[in-house]
Amino acid sequence: MRTTPAGPADGAGPATPSQPVVEMSGITIEFPGVKALQAVDLRLFPGEVHALMGENGAGKSTLIKALTGVYSYDSGTVTVGGTERSFSSPAEAQAAGISTVYQEVNLCPNLSVTENIVLGREPRRRGHIDRRASRTRARAVLARLHLDVDPDSTLGTHPIAVQQLVAIARAVDTDCRVLVLDEPTSSLDAGEVAELFRVIRALRDSGVAILFVSHFLDQVYEISDRMTVLRNGQLVGEHRTADLPRLQLVQEMIGRELATLEDLERAAANPVPTDAVPRLSGRGLGRTGALAPVDLDVHAGRVVGLAGLLGSGRTELTRLLFGADRATSGELRMDGRPVRLRSPRQAIAHRIAFSSEDRKAEGVVGDLTVRDNLLLALQARRGWLRPIPRRTGDELVAKYMAALDVRPADPDALLRNLSGGNQQKVLLARWLLTEPRLLLLDEPTRGIDIGAKAQIQQLVAQLASDGMSVVFVSAELEEVVRICDQVVVLRDRQKVAELDGATSSVDDVVDLIARGGRS
Amino acid sequence: MNRLTRSPLLWPLLALAALLLFNLVVNPGFFAVRIQDGHLFGSLVDVLKNAAPTLLIAIGMTLVIASRGIDLSVGAVVAIAGAIACNSLVSAPDPTSAGAAVVAISTALGVALLLGAWNGLLVSVLGIQPIIATLVLMTAGRGIAMLITDGQIITVDNDTYGWLGGGYLFGIPAQVVVAGLILLAVALLTRRTALGMLLEAVGINPEAARLAGVRSRSIVWTVYVFAALAAAVAGLMISAQVTAADANRAGLFIELDAILAVVIGGTSLAGGRYSLTGTVVGALILQTLTTTVYTVGIPPDMTTLFKALVVIVVFLLQAPRLRAVLARRRRPAPPPLPSGGLPEEAAAVLTGGPVLADDEHTPAPTAGGTTGSGRGALR
Amino acid sequence: MTVSDTRPTAPDPAAPPPAGPGGRRPWQTWLRSTTTGSRTFSVLVTGVLLVVLFGTGSARYENFGSPQVALNLLVDNAHLVVLAVGMTFVILTGGIDLSSGAVVALSTVIAASLLEAGWPAPVAIAVVLATGALLGWLMGAAVHHLQLQPFIVTLAGMFLARGLCFVISVPSIPIRDPFFQSMAQDVVELPGNTFLTYSVFIALAVLVAAVWVLHRTRFGRTVYAIGGNESSAALMGLAVGRTKVGVYVISGTLSALAGLLFTFYMLSGYSLHAIGMELDAIAAVVIGGTLLTGGAGYVVGSLLGVLVLGTIQALISFDGGLSSWWTKITVGVLLLVFVVVQRLTTRRARPGT
Repeated sequence: MRTTPAGPADGAGPATPSQPVVEMSGITIEFPGVKALQAVDLRLFPGEVHALMGENGAGKSTLIKALTGVYSYDSGTVTVGGTERSFSSPAEAQAAGISTVYQEVNLCPNLSVTENIVLGREPRRRGHIDRRASRTRARAVLARLHLDVDPDSTLGTHPIAVQQLVAIARAVDTDCRVLVLDEPTSSLDAGEVAELFRVIRALRDSGVAILFVSHFLDQVYEISDRMTVLRNGQLVGEHRTADLPRLQLVQEMIGRELATLEDLERAAANPVPTDAVPRLSGRGLGRTGALAPVDLDVHAGRVVGLAGLLGSGRTELTRLLFGADRATSGELRMDGRPVRLRSPRQAIAHRIAFSSEDRKAEGVVGDLTVRDNLLLALQARRGWLRPIPRRTGDELVAKYMAALDVRPADPDALLRNLSGGNQQKVLLARWLLTEPRLLLLDEPTRGIDIGAKAQIQQLVAQLASDGMSVVFVSAELEEVVRICDQVVVLRDRQKVAELDGATSSVDDVVDLIARGGRS
Repeated sequence: MNRLTRSPLLWPLLALAALLLFNLVVNPGFFAVRIQDGHLFGSLVDVLKNAAPTLLIAIGMTLVIASRGIDLSVGAVVAIAGAIACNSLVSAPDPTSAGAAVVAISTALGVALLLGAWNGLLVSVLGIQPIIATLVLMTAGRGIAMLITDGQIITVDNDTYGWLGGGYLFGIPAQVVVAGLILLAVALLTRRTALGMLLEAVGINPEAARLAGVRSRSIVWTVYVFAALAAAVAGLMISAQVTAADANRAGLFIELDAILAVVIGGTSLAGGRYSLTGTVVGALILQTLTTTVYTVGIPPDMTTLFKALVVIVVFLLQAPRLRAVLARRRRPAPPPLPSGGLPEEAAAVLTGGPVLADDEHTPAPTAGGTTGSGRGALR
Repeated sequence: MTVSDTRPTAPDPAAPPPAGPGGRRPWQTWLRSTTTGSRTFSVLVTGVLLVVLFGTGSARYENFGSPQVALNLLVDNAHLVVLAVGMTFVILTGGIDLSSGAVVALSTVIAASLLEAGWPAPVAIAVVLATGALLGWLMGAAVHHLQLQPFIVTLAGMFLARGLCFVISVPSIPIRDPFFQSMAQDVVELPGNTFLTYSVFIALAVLVAAVWVLHRTRFGRTVYAIGGNESSAALMGLAVGRTKVGVYVISGTLSALAGLLFTFYMLSGYSLHAIGMELDAIAAVVIGGTLLTGGAGYVVGSLLGVLVLGTIQALISFDGGLSSWWTKITVGVLLLVFVVVQRLTTRRARPGT
C-alpha cells in the first residue's frame, strides 16, 4: 500500500539537498482508550511544500502537535536537522526553527502589526525595547513576503486574510526552517488564497520546508510538491503530488473505492408543482455589506442547494432566512403571506429551523446533556412555563436518538463528550423535534466522518420526500449537486445563477463560480 | 461511592460537618434545640436565622452567575431597601400600623424591581459586562441610600415590620421561614419548569441558545430583577432586625459573602450549571464559621480571616487543576472520557479557539469497518 | 471528492479591485484606526472632562482655581494614584484585584505596629513592601497555576488581608516615628507659594516607571498581549505564566506602597482604613479609559481618572450645601457614562469582514 516513497531530489521539485530537515519516524500517541497515531512517519525536505492529507480524525492535527511540542508522544523519534529532538512546548519548537500558523489567527488583535511580528523577541537597546529597530525588522519581513501592510496599524483593523499573512510574517521573522500551515485557507476567498500561495512559493524558493494542511484538493494540487496521507492515525502513503492521481488520493484518504461513494442514492428529483405557491419566497432579500439582494423560491418537498465559496454569501443568506441577522432590504413570504423575521424566535414561530455552520459556537451547548440539547429548541418554543413532560421528553429523545443513530446512545451524556458527527446529529434532531416546515442546513456535514455524512445526506433526502423544504449549504459541490433538486450559485455575495439539480453537474457549478455566470 | 467522592458537593459538605463537629466539641450544647414560649431556640436555629439574609441574596446570585453574570450591587440594594422601607414607615400617618408596614415593604420591593430592571437593562440590552454594569449601582447605590435617609440612621417602631426580623411562625424564626419559602419557590420554579434548563443553556452558550429560540434577553433580565428582589427582602430582614435603616453599614460586603457562598457551593463563576443545594451549603458554612468564631471567643472582626482560610481550603480542594497538576505534570492532554470523549479542553486551551476538527482523535465509527484490511495491508 | 474550491479565476475588469492588503482606501484605514485607537481618544476625553470639572469649580467657587487646590488633588490622592497604577497592570491582562484596599489597610497596620514595637522605619517599610509582594505572588500563583478566577482569588486575598489586620491589632495605632512624621508633614516648596508632599513625587515616579515597563519592556508588551488574546500569547511563546503572576506581584507591591503613602497621610495604622478603596481604584482605571476586558488602556489614563475622582470630591466639599454621599452618586454616574460609551465604541470598532 505504501507507494512511491520518493524524496524530492529525484523529482521535479526545486533543487534541494536530499537530507530531510525534519524526519519523524514511528510516532505513536495514545490517549486513554484511543490510539491517535500509530507509528507514523513524516519527512520534510528543505524547499518543498508538503501536504498532509487525511479526513477528519485521520490524525493530522495530532501529528502537527507532536511536531510542534504541544503533545508529547509515546514512542518514535523526531529528528531536526540531523539531531534527535523532543520539544515540550511550542516555544522550544520555534527556537529550533519550526513555526506554526493555525487556522484561527493566533495573534493579538489589540497590538500593532509590528508588535505582533516581533512580540517576545523584540530588539532591545540599553535595557528597553528599541521601537525603531522593531519597525525596521517588521518592514523587512513584510517586504520579504511582498506584503503592503502599514506596520504601525492595529492588527485587529485588518481582514482575517491579512492577519493570517501577518501571522506567517511573524513565523518566518526568526530563523525559520519549517513552517507548518494548519488549514490556513479555510476562511480566505480566492484572491486571498492566491496571495497566500504567492507568499508560500516565495518562502519555499528561499529554502523553507512548508507543511501544508488543507481540505481543499485543488489547492493541495496547486501548491504542494509532495504529500503524506494519513487515515485513522496510520500512515497510508507518501507521494510526489505529480505522480498521484486524485482518484487514488481520495481512495487512500477515505479507505474505500470511490465507486462506493457515488453509489449513495441520489434523491429522486421532486417535481415542482408549477402552479403551487412556494413555501418560502424571497424577493430582493439582502443585507448591506453582507449580501446583494437575492430572489429565492423554496417549494414544499424540495431541497435547494446554495453553492459558492466561503464568503460568497451562502451563510449570510441562510442567516437572513432565519432572522439570525436582519435583512435590510427585500421581502419574504411564507406560503404567499408576507412575513418579517427580526429574530430567530420569529422564524421558529413560522416553523423554520436553522443549523449553523459553526457547530461549536452556535449550536452545541456542551455542558448540557444530550437530552437537554435535543429538547432545547422545542422547549424554547413552548416557553419555560410549559415544560415538556418527562415521559414525552424521554420518548422523543429515544425516538430521535435511534432514528439518527446517535452514539453513545446515552441521553444523559454531556454533549461536549460526543464526537463531531454525533454532535451534529443531535443538533439536527433538536430541530427535527420541532417539526419544521423549512429546514436551513448550513454545512451540516462539515468536519464529520464519512459515515455520519452519508447518514445525514440520506436523512435530508428522506425529509424532503416527506414534504419538508430544505435549504442545504455545503462547500462540497458534489454533495450539493447530488442531493439538491435546485442549486443556487452565489459568488461575491451575489446570486449568479440557479440550476436544476437533476440536470447539472459539478463542473457546471464550478464553472459558474469561477466565471460568475457571465458567458 | 465513586459517585459520592466525585460529587462537587463532597468537600463543602465535609467542611460544614467539620465546622459543626468542632462546635460540638467546644460547646457540647451546640446541637441542643429547645422550645420556649412555643419558639425554637438554640445555636443551630441561630445559625439558620442569621444565615437567612445571605442565603437569600446567594440564591439570587446563583441564578445570576448561572447566566454568566455577577451582581455586585446587591449590597447597595440591601441598604436602599431598608432605607426606603424605614423612610416610608416614619412618614406614614400611623407609623405603627400594619398597613404602614405593608406599604413600606411594597414600596421597597417595587424600587428593588426597578433597580434589578436597571441592571438587567445594562447587561442584557446594552451588553455591558455584568461586573462593570453592576459596579455602577454598587458605587452609586449606597450614596442613594444615604440620600434617602439623609445620612441619618432612621429608627422605626412597627410590630408588623419588626416581625420580619425577630418574629416567629409556628415557632420557627420568620427569617428562616421567609428564606425557606423563597428557596423552595425558586427550586420549584427552576427545576419543575424549564427555566433552569434554559437558564443553563444561556449561561453555557448564549449564541446557541439564542439561535435555538430561547428568550435569552428576557431570561437574563429576569434573573437580575430576581436578584435585586431577593436582596431587597434580605435588606428588609436586616433592617427589621435592628428596627432601623443604616445606609452606611447595612449589607456592607454582603455581595461578597453571597458570591463566596455560591462558589463554595460548587457553581462555577464561568456560568452554566448551577446548584441551589450547593449555595445553601455554602451560605451555611459561612454563617457557621461566623458563629464558631463567636463561640470560641475570638474577636468577631477576625471572622474575615477564617472566611479567607475556609475559602482557600475549599477552593484548593475543588480546583480541578490542582489535582491535574499533582496527577501528571508532563502531558497537557487530559484523559478523554471513556465514552469516546475528546481532549478538546486541553486543545482549546492550547490553541485558543474552537477546535474544529474535534473528532480528530476518535477513529470514525463507520470508516472503522475498513481499517482492518487497511492495517493488514500496511504491515 | 471535494471540489469546493478555486479554479483560477479569469480577471474580470468589471469586478472591484481585490481587497488585498494594499487595496484599502485611505479613508477606511483612517476610520478604522481611529475607532480602534479609541483608547487614546478615551484618555483625551478623560483629560477634557478633568479640565471641564476643574473649570466649573473655578468658575463657581472662589479660590477653587488656585494652583494649590490643583496640586492638592495630587497630595490628597497620591496613594490612590499608586493603587490605580497597580490595578491597571492587572486589568490590562483581563484580571482584577479586589484585595488592594485590604492590602492598603494591612500595610498601615503592619507599619504602625512594627514602629510601635520600636523597629527602625526602613525595616518596617521593607517588611510592608515584602508582605504586599508575597500576597500578590500567592494570588497570582493561584490565578495562573490553579486556573482560578482572579475575581474569586483576590476576594479571598481581600478577606485574608483584612483578617490579618485584625489579628495584628483591632484598635487604631497612632504613629510617632520621626521619619513617618516628616514624610507626613514636610513639603517641597514650589514657586507661586505652592507645595507638594514627598508622597506625590513617589507616586509620579511610580507612574513614570509603570509607563516605561508597560511600553518599553517585553514584560509590558506581554501584559498587553495577554489582555488581547491569552492563548495566542501562549502560542507565540510569550512568558504568559510569569507575566500573569508578575502583574499580581506588582499590584500587591504597589498596594503596599500605596498603604505606606496612606500611612504618611493618616499617621495611623487601622484595620478599617481604606474600606472600598479598591473600588475607587477600579473606577479610576475605567474612567481613565482602560477596558476591563483587558488589552487596551494607559496608566496615564488611570492618573487622570484619579484626578477626576479627586476633583469631584473637591467640588462637593467646596459646595457647602452638598452632602458627601453625592460623591458616590456622581462617581457611579460617571462610571455609567464611561462604561456605556466604551461599550458603544468597542461595538463599532469591530472590524468588518
